[in-house]
Amino acid sequence: MSLRLRKSRAGLSLTHGFVQMLCWSLDKFPPPSNLWTTQQGRTIRQMKTVITSACLLAATSSVALAAGHGSCADGLTLEENVLTIATGNPAYYPWVLNDAPESGEGYEAAVAYAIAEELGFEADAVKWVRTSFDEAIQPGAKDFDFNMQQYSITPEREQMVDFSLPYYTSAMAVLTTKGVVDAGATATLDSLKGLVWGADANTTALPMLTEIVAPEKDPLLYGDNTDVTAAMQANQIDAALFDLPTALYLSAVVVEGGVLLGQFPAERSENPDQFGLLFEEGNPLRDCVNTAITALTESGKLAEIEATWLQEATGVPVIE
Amino acid sequence: MTDQTSVPRGSAPGLTRRQAYEQRLRRRSNTLAAGSTLAVVLAVVVLVPLAPGWDAVKRSFFNGQVFAKTFPGLLDAFLMNVAIFLWCAPIIAILGLVIALFRDVRSPALYPLRLFGAIYTDVFRGLPVILVIYLIGFGVPGLGLPRPWNSPYVWGSLALILVYAAYVAEVIRSGIDSIHHSQRAAAASLGLSDGETMRYVVLPQAIRNVAPANMNLFIALQKDVALLSFIGPVEVFRQAGVYKSLLANFTPYVGAAVIFLALTIPATRYADYLMNKQRRRQS
Repeated sequence: MSLRLRKSRAGLSLTHGFVQMLCWSLDKFPPPSNLWTTQQGRTIRQMKTVITSACLLAATSSVALAAGHGSCADGLTLEENVLTIATGNPAYYPWVLNDAPESGEGYEAAVAYAIAEELGFEADAVKWVRTSFDEAIQPGAKDFDFNMQQYSITPEREQMVDFSLPYYTSAMAVLTTKGVVDAGATATLDSLKGLVWGADANTTALPMLTEIVAPEKDPLLYGDNTDVTAAMQANQIDAALFDLPTALYLSAVVVEGGVLLGQFPAERSENPDQFGLLFEEGNPLRDCVNTAITALTESGKLAEIEATWLQEATGVPVIE
Repeated sequence: MTDQTSVPRGSAPGLTRRQAYEQRLRRRSNTLAAGSTLAVVLAVVVLVPLAPGWDAVKRSFFNGQVFAKTFPGLLDAFLMNVAIFLWCAPIIAILGLVIALFRDVRSPALYPLRLFGAIYTDVFRGLPVILVIYLIGFGVPGLGLPRPWNSPYVWGSLALILVYAAYVAEVIRSGIDSIHHSQRAAAASLGLSDGETMRYVVLPQAIRNVAPANMNLFIALQKDVALLSFIGPVEVFRQAGVYKSLLANFTPYVGAAVIFLALTIPATRYADYLMNKQRRRQS
C-alpha cells in the first residue's frame, strides 16, 4: 500500500517536471506571430493563456514547496502543505457547530484544528471535504488525509481501514421521550429490556445494545439520526442508544419531549466507544497524527477542548 | 439448431446447395459468437485483476471470510423480505384489479369512481417509492396512533401496496383495453349484463394477456421490499448495511445481491417463458 502511495507521488513530481518543461519551452520558443490573426492562431492563443496560468500555478506551488518546513507530515498529505480533512454531510452538533467545520467551532472541528496546528499547518491550510461513511471505507484513492465523524474504533473495522489513537471516549446514553418515562420506564436494566429500541444502523450502537441491554424485542434500525428521531416521534420506538453528546443534543433540541434517561459510562462496556480518525489503510500520516494526539492529550489541550464544547456531558444519571 | 430436414448433419453430399450454404452460415455465426464471447470473458478475467486497485476491491467486495461470516445472518434477514412480499402481493393484486375496474366504469353516475382511479394511478405512479414509504411510514403513525397500529411494518407495507397497485391497475387496464369491443357487443347480444360481460368475457382474457407484465411487476416488488428498511424493519438490505458498518466491508451487500438474484433470476426466466408461450398462442 505504502509502495503504491510513493509511486503516485513519483507520478505527481513527474507531472510537475513536465509542466515546468512545457513552461520553459513556451518562454523559449513562442509560436510564430503571424499565426495570431488566423483561426488557428486564436486557438493557440487560448491554449497559451491556459498554459501560462498553469505555469503560474506550478511556479507558486514550487515556491510553496521550497518553503515547506521540516514537520513530520511533510510530503505525506494529499496536497502539499494542505491538510484535507473529511467530515460528515451534514456534520452534526455538538461535533461541528452549524455544519461549518471551517469555523473551528464544535468538538471535532476544534480538535481538527488543534491537530493541524500540532502538525504544523496554519488554520487556512486546512481544507474540509464531506464524505459519507460508505465513501470513507470504499476501496480506492481517498480525497481526504483523514476522516473525522465519530468513527468508533473496532478491531473488525481496523482490518479494512486505519484508525488514529482515540480522541474521545464516549459513554453511551439512552434517548427516550417524556411519554415513555411517564408510562413507567426507569433507568434500570430491567425496565430498559422491555422497551422497543431503535438505533442508527451505521453505528456501533447495535452491538452495544445487544451487549449491555439485550432487549426482548428486536431493535428497529435506521439509516441516520434523523430517521431514528422520526421513528421516536411517531412512537414506533421507545428508546434509542447514542453516544452521550449526540443524545444530549437530540434530547434537548430535536426530539419533542425528548428525555435523556441515563448513560452507560465507557468503563461499563468491554469495548468502550472510542472515536478515532479514519485513514486509508497504510497511510503513513497516521503516525504523525498519533504523535499529535498524544501531545494534545498530555498537554491537557484535548481535555480543555472537551470542557469547552462537551461540558454538558457531565451530570447525566448513570444506569445501574 | 437442429436441421429442419431429415438429412443428418455433416453428411454434406446429401444436402441441397441451399442447405449446405445455410449450414456454413450457421457454423460461421456460431464460431463468431463463441469467439467473441470468449474474448470478452478473457478480457474481463485477465484485465480486471490487472487494475491497480483490484486487490483492494477484492478485499472489500469479494472477501470470502466476511461472506462466510455474514451470509447465514443475511439469509435469516431475507425471511423478513419474503414475509413482507407474501402479505403485500395478494393485496396488491386485489387493489390493482379494483382500481382497473374503476377506470373502466361506463355509467355516468359512477364517474367519480373513474376520476378517482385516474387520479390514484397518476399520483402513485408519479411518486418515487421511497418517498411514499417515508411519508406514510413515518407520517401516518406520527398522527398519534396507538401500538400496534403505528407499526412500520403495517404502514410501510401499505406504502408498497399503494404504489404497486397503481402499476398493476394500469397493466390490467391495458389488458382490458386489448379485448376487442366486438366481444362486449357479442356478450350483450347474448343477454349478459355489463357486470357479467366483464366477469365472464373480458377479465378472463384480459388477465391472461397481461400475466407476464404483472409477473415483472412482482419481481420488481420483491426488490423494492428492501426499501422498507428505511423506516426500521431489519430486512436483508439493512442487515447487510449493519454488517458493512461493523466490518467496514462491502461484501455483505454482495451476499445480499446473491440472495436476491437466486430468487429473481428464476422468476424472470419464468416470466419470459410465459411471455413466449403467449406470443406463440397469439400468432
